[in-house]
Amino acid sequence: MQHNRLHDVVITGVHNTRQAKVLEGHDSRSISLAAAHGALADAGLDPIDIDGVVGPFGNDFIHQHRIGPVWRSLSPLGIPAVLEAAMAIACGLATTVLIATGEAGSHRQRSSTAPWTRPTNEFVAPYGMFTAAEFALMARRHMHLFGTTPESMAHVAAVIRNNGHVHPDAVFHGRGPFTAADVLESRMVADPFHLLDCAMTSEGGTAMVLTSADRANGSAKPVRILGGGTDHFGPAYQNPPVWESGGRRRPDLTAGTVGRRASELAFAAAGIGPADVDVCEFYDPFSFEIIRQFEAFGFCGEGEGGDFVLSGSIEPGGLFPITTDGGTMSFSHGGAAVQLLQRVIRGVQQLRGTCSSMQVDGAEIAMCTGGGSGAMFTDVIVLGTDVP
Amino acid sequence: MTRLHAQPGPITAIAASIFSEPYWEGCARGELRFQRCSSCSCPVHTPAAVCSVCGADTLVWESSSGTGVIHSYTVVWRPVNQDFQVPYAPAIIELSEGWFLLTCIIDCETEELSIGAAVTITFHATPEGVTLPYARPT
Repeated sequence: MQHNRLHDVVITGVHNTRQAKVLEGHDSRSISLAAAHGALADAGLDPIDIDGVVGPFGNDFIHQHRIGPVWRSLSPLGIPAVLEAAMAIACGLATTVLIATGEAGSHRQRSSTAPWTRPTNEFVAPYGMFTAAEFALMARRHMHLFGTTPESMAHVAAVIRNNGHVHPDAVFHGRGPFTAADVLESRMVADPFHLLDCAMTSEGGTAMVLTSADRANGSAKPVRILGGGTDHFGPAYQNPPVWESGGRRRPDLTAGTVGRRASELAFAAAGIGPADVDVCEFYDPFSFEIIRQFEAFGFCGEGEGGDFVLSGSIEPGGLFPITTDGGTMSFSHGGAAVQLLQRVIRGVQQLRGTCSSMQVDGAEIAMCTGGGSGAMFTDVIVLGTDVP
Repeated sequence: MTRLHAQPGPITAIAASIFSEPYWEGCARGELRFQRCSSCSCPVHTPAAVCSVCGADTLVWESSSGTGVIHSYTVVWRPVNQDFQVPYAPAIIELSEGWFLLTCIIDCETEELSIGAAVTITFHATPEGVTLPYARPT
């Protein structure tokens, strides 16, 4: 296999601040900075060791610590930020990059849905659309095409929420355990999604440090980036989320299967297939999206995702344990983007073997994702303890 | 049984773009408009500068039959904000010309909704002066 320069980059520091429904005494700037300091401490670095930053608060970090001049990216957060930081290191624009973000104080008035879920576009706002409704249109279409059931979705939600129930740092720690019946009995938000099928909202900060494998020699368990990909279908929450739309690039690459191409690129770069993945840190804005991702990424056939998640694979001890910290349903959903990075953070923790709950024994390959069909994008990254 | 109605309250302010003004002008006249490519005949929505299939920049406005089928739908019980009365039923309508419109289904019971059901576009003038297309079962 041709050498992939992503493989020269490692993650050496990760940190989540305390996550909570409300973080008293913090705003977005302060919690982002706290996250950055935590990731630096985890990597054993000083601020001056950082010569590249990503994220809306990166600029603040540069100035506060007088580390300029440095490389700075305006990349959005989550997996695209990790991949861009890795590319910058692989291509020599920076040696050591900090990704930091956080939100606090931006959503404390709860009579409306969270501000980042409410589109202002002329073709959707008049109809009361928000994220749950957009994703529900995709889920309903899947139910129609393949007979997928609310019970299979509820099972996914129960598994993820139970992972959070036992996670000491989860916002909803100790709030379970949950059964699929509990999910189905919770109040309806946007049919077929009940309240417990949906992500929550909270506050928190998160950060990561990446550097080259050469520089990381001697660090405790650096985690390799084995591959990645990002699939986007253009502006979400403007155009109707039609499952079958797309397909011009390849007939099977539609909005409903978004992430398939990204996963193919990531698997090819890693030299692995779905069966080689030890832990699936999949993004969980809504329960259905887990079912959809297993199909899109080729863990099962199209339309088989409902049966797949009911087969015992996704629970702790199963072949493909999912979202092991409780995800956006139970661990945290800190805002527009904070939680998008936290899937990758959890993948790193799994491969280091340092998870305080739901540690997958001997995990060597983690697949982390972000986005979803209702948003018409899905990002993928594959991490490993070593290059295959 | 729960009846679905057009929203009576204020709608979120909307800003038309230079591409979409003819669409909203049509709605004000009770006419559902979409763009069609004069090169490859493909229908285009939301309003655009170029054909989404062949890339030609010769899109022309056309009136829709206003008939179609439900492609997908949801019933919302937790409103986006307090201006919206629940339940309401956002849906994707596949119009007879082969394009997709996001709207809400009204004038029926929530239990009547099903994918593939025939619908007709109807118009509702809001207090803000915007006329919105909705869909009702045919």
